[in-house]
Parts: sequence; structure tokens; C-alpha cells
Amino acid sequence: MSDDVWPPQAAGAPPAPPARVAVTDSAAALLARLRDKHGELMFHQSGGCCDGSSPMCYPDGDFITGDADIHLGDLAVAAPPDRDAESFTVPVWMSRNQFEYWKHTHLTIDVVPGRGAGFSVEAPEGVRFLIRSRLFTDEESDLLRD
Amino acid sequence: MTVYAAPGTEGAIASFRPRYDHWIGGEYVPPANGQYFENPSPVNGQTFTEVARGDADDIDRALDAAHGAAPAWGRTSVTERARVLNKIADRMEEHLEELAVAETWENGKPVRETLAADLPLAIDHFRYFAGAIRAQEGSISEIDGDTIAYHFHEPLGVVGQIIPWNFPILMAVWKLAPALAAGNAVVLKPAEQTPTSILYLMELIADLIPPGVLNVVNGFGAEAGKPLASSPRIRKIAFTGETTTGRLIMQYASQNIIPVTLELGGKSPNIFFSDVAASNDEFYDKALEGFTMFALNQGEVCTCPSRALIQADIYQSFLADAVARTEAIKQGNPLDTDTMIGAQASNDQLEKILSYFDIGKAEGAKVLTGGYRAEMEGDLAGGYYVTPTIFEGKNSMRIFQEEIFGPVVAVTEFADFDDAIKVANDTLYGLGAGVWTRSGADAYRAGRAIEAGRVWTNCYHAYPAAAAFGGYKGSGVGRENHKMMLDHYQQTKNLLVSYAQGKQGFF
Repeated sequence: MSDDVWPPQAAGAPPAPPARVAVTDSAAALLARLRDKHGELMFHQSGGCCDGSSPMCYPDGDFITGDADIHLGDLAVAAPPDRDAESFTVPVWMSRNQFEYWKHTHLTIDVVPGRGAGFSVEAPEGVRFLIRSRLFTDEESDLLRD
Repeated sequence: MTVYAAPGTEGAIASFRPRYDHWIGGEYVPPANGQYFENPSPVNGQTFTEVARGDADDIDRALDAAHGAAPAWGRTSVTERARVLNKIADRMEEHLEELAVAETWENGKPVRETLAADLPLAIDHFRYFAGAIRAQEGSISEIDGDTIAYHFHEPLGVVGQIIPWNFPILMAVWKLAPALAAGNAVVLKPAEQTPTSILYLMELIADLIPPGVLNVVNGFGAEAGKPLASSPRIRKIAFTGETTTGRLIMQYASQNIIPVTLELGGKSPNIFFSDVAASNDEFYDKALEGFTMFALNQGEVCTCPSRALIQADIYQSFLADAVARTEAIKQGNPLDTDTMIGAQASNDQLEKILSYFDIGKAEGAKVLTGGYRAEMEGDLAGGYYVTPTIFEGKNSMRIFQEEIFGPVVAVTEFADFDDAIKVANDTLYGLGAGVWTRSGADAYRAGRAIEAGRVWTNCYHAYPAAAAFGGYKGSGVGRENHKMMLDHYQQTKNLLVSYAQGKQGFF
């Protein structure tokens, strides 16, 4: 799992706040394949009914973000070792009001077999992105507050 | 007790085709790209049919058919349209058991629910809108003695509808009945988890509806839903689902300047005031059932009462009784009429619920019962089953704030009336709520103070036609299940007529 701080920190710099988001290796590999097909990508974390509470993946810019949203961070996806491809990043967004209830948790985007849905681009592949959460430690919470 | 034979086995009353195409212009039409996707039953995880994987070309063909049919359909008399809706209802009633088994097999919900709720409600919904459209009247405003404003209802034309998977037939009918009654032609995209039940219904009622009035295109949201929602050829889009897709659909609609109705879920509070436990009588028993309603339809209901708020002085005793009631829920074969809770609708749904068990425990919520996947044996092995689960915690925890869409309730206590309302309204959503009390005054005051579109008072999970259903706050825009829904599918035509002979006097 790539849980590194993004962007990388210079040596000797004061401790940076921890990343809010991360991506599992399997989800990163899927993102690389989806990017080949759809171009640059973005996530917006959904709430509510049915397929809500799941991260939605769109071609970057397809979903219009604005003042109502928070940019949680950028997932760093390394080039797949077996392919001649470049590393890239995927921004992760969430509604500002939803963030108020989520901000004490670190989010990792994973992928599981599944069926849908919404307009998220991975569904036709027979898989579904899924959020796995953990609580920030006290130390991390302090750094995030600074 | 009855156990229905599984579709595809001997003695089954419902049987599926091996493959389903799109339903366009009153007949099956293969997908332009020739592609299909598998449809597994959540009951056992096994694929039982394959379904056309639609894309923009198929949406366009369906829109062609709809535009071809819309003018004539929109000119039919309300008498004729009501007659068609009533005939659809009659036909569904004749095939109720068959449709119930088909829907259970596709969705995983217990057949006792499809038999007693999904199908009877869908049938009644057609009849309600058959009556509503007959009774609808335009209006006249007398501006002055010689000037009259006439208001006529006109259909919008061709509308798009995107349907969720939790009630594949009923949620489609909630949108179809008012749209058809109002004289619109429809292109409908079912959920990719449940693409077949609605086609099962289309075949049964094919001879009752003029070709092209009702078209069904299946496929994935990104491939078929998006071209429908963003098409400049629809005059309205209706969607039930979650918030991010709801926003995206509004964005598409803004590009075409068309109206949207959205139903986007909730985190509904179910409030139990202390006088509920004043007597261990029939009402107390009803209130305990009301608590347990979180497990209805495996919790896959937008209005799942997934937050239970119990007044402090009865908290321990009521909760103990509620846990016992929850543990008495019978989980098993969804085709057994004794089964109370069936399978979650898909594997990713199951995984999401399990991920919330993790975050709930990590945040310090206490599991009072359940909290794990139910491993079933025999024919049900491989299905997606979850044990009904009660968490105890605080309203700030994520399991209290997010729609898990599983048989999971988060319980907390409150001190007094004001505290109850404060906690109830501390949510992004406002779709449903429950209030349980023997005091009419408290029930009224609580119902008015809760920011939600539907407050069940001393009942829960009833969905009769004629009771408006829709959300406050992040839960959406518009109201279904009521004649006011006709307005969401109609234009208002105003003729402003002067009967005066004299000029207006400007020129």
C-alpha cells in the first residue's frame, strides 16, 4: 500500500501533516488501466442512498467541483512495473459538509469485485472502488490541526 | 409456509430468458455494440441471465422511438391513459406471484416482502395515478371582467428515468406511473444490479402500451446512464440514488436547462420517547417492531431507520427488548415465505457493509448483536448475507452519519425532547424519520420539528400512494408517491385571453 505523504517532503523540513487519502496497490493498478481508457481521473466521495458512501471515479473535470467541496489530496499512482507508462496523480474530493463528519478518519481507496454503480467509470470492469477507513492517531490529528 | 422453486428449476413459477436485449419501440432490440453483461442472483451468487450492455447508440435509438411515440401519446385523452394504467395494474395483479418471485431472485429480498409490499404497492400506484389524472383539473384566473388566464397541463414530451436496485419494480413504477399518466414517453435505465425484473414486467404488459411510449435500455451508468442524463433530447431527468451522482445529473441537466427530480437517500432517525414503555402492551410490541424495521429489505431502503434514538430513562430496558426482537429475525432462503431477511443485492454492497463494521468498531461503537457476514450453506452458499446488526455509540460517529444501506442500526440515547430533535437533525440528510410516543402533542411537535420530508408517526416503512415522499436537505428535490408528482412531469400552458374590444393603449 502506498501511504506516502504527497508531495514528498524535503529533508530537514518540519513534519508535514499526514496524507488524508491513500490507495491500495490493486486500486492503483486499476486506476492505471482506467486512465489509459478515460484519460486523467478524479474521485468524488459520495454520500446517501444505494451506491452512496462510495468513491466515484470520473474523467477529471467531468464532475464540477466548487466551493462546496474539499480537495482531500492527490493519490500518487506509480507507473506499473510491467508497462511503459508514467506515474500520475488522481485528486480526491468530498463535499465540504460531509467532510465535517469524516475529517477524523484517514481514507484508503481499495477495489473489490462488484457491480456498480452510479456513473463511476470502473463499474463495467466488474469491480467497484471502496473506501477503507481508519482513525487518525492523536499525533496525526495534532499535525492536521496545525 | 411456502418455498418457491428457484427460477430455472423444476416447478418454478417464474422463468427468465437466457439473454435480455433492450426494450425499444415495444420489442426486444439487440445492443448496437453486441455486448452483454452477466446478471448474478444475490441469493446464491450464480449468474442466471445476461443483459444487453447499452451505450449512447442504444440510448439514441430509444430516444428516437420515444420521440416517435410521444406526440400521439400526449394527445390521448386522460380517459384513455387512465384505462391503460388500470389495465397494467390488472395485468400485474394477475401475475403478482410470478413477478414477486422474479424480483426476489434478482434482488435477493425475501419473497414475503415482494408479495406483500413491492408488487401490491406498484399495482396500486398505477391505479392511484389512473385516478389522479382523471381528477386533475387546470385552473382559471379571472384577471378582470374581460381578461382570463387559462392554465392547462401539458406533457413534457420525452423524459429520462434512472432507477435504483433496491426496489427494481416499485421504484420504476413510482416514476413511470405519473410520467405515463401525464402523457410523456419514457426512456428508462434500470440499475445494473437489477436490470431484468423490469423487462419481465415489460413483456407482460407489452400489448397494453403503444410501442415507443415506454423504452428500457440497460447498461452501466458511465456507458448508458450518462448519455441518457446528458441528452439534449430529454425534457426532464428523474433519478434515485446517491449524492455525487445526483449532483452530476444536476450538472448535466443545467447544460440542457431541464428540470430534475432527485431522491438521494438519508440517515433517518427513529425516536422512541419514554412513554412508549409505559405499558407492556400491543403498542409497545408495535414500537419494538418499529425499531426492527432497520432490517426490512436488508436495510437497503433510502429511509432505513438506521439511527435509533431512545430516551434515557427507558434506554436499557427498551434496548434489551429491541436486541431480542432483532435476534428473532429469521434469515434464510429468500424464496421461503417465512424468511424475514434475505441477501444483500450485490457483492460490493456486502463489502461496503463489512467495511462499516470495521470503522464502527474502530471508532469505539459497541456491537450489541450481529456485526458479521452470515455464511449460509447448501443452495445459498455464495450469496451475500449479513446478520442484522445493532451498534451503540454517539451521533458524531461515521456509522451514525453515513448511509450504510445494510441491516445495521446505530443506537444512542437522548435526555429530553429538545435533545432528541437536536440529535435527529444533526445529519446531512432529511428523507425519513420515525416518532414513537403515546402523546399526541409530543408526536405532533416532534414531527414538525424534524427536518425530513416523511415523518412516520407510530409506524414505519409504510409507502401508500397519496402520502408524499421526498427529501429535505441533502436528500433531494421533488416529491413522489403523490398527485403533486404529476406537476414534475407536466408543463403549464397559460393562455392569457382578452375578451375586450378596446386597444390596450400603449401605441
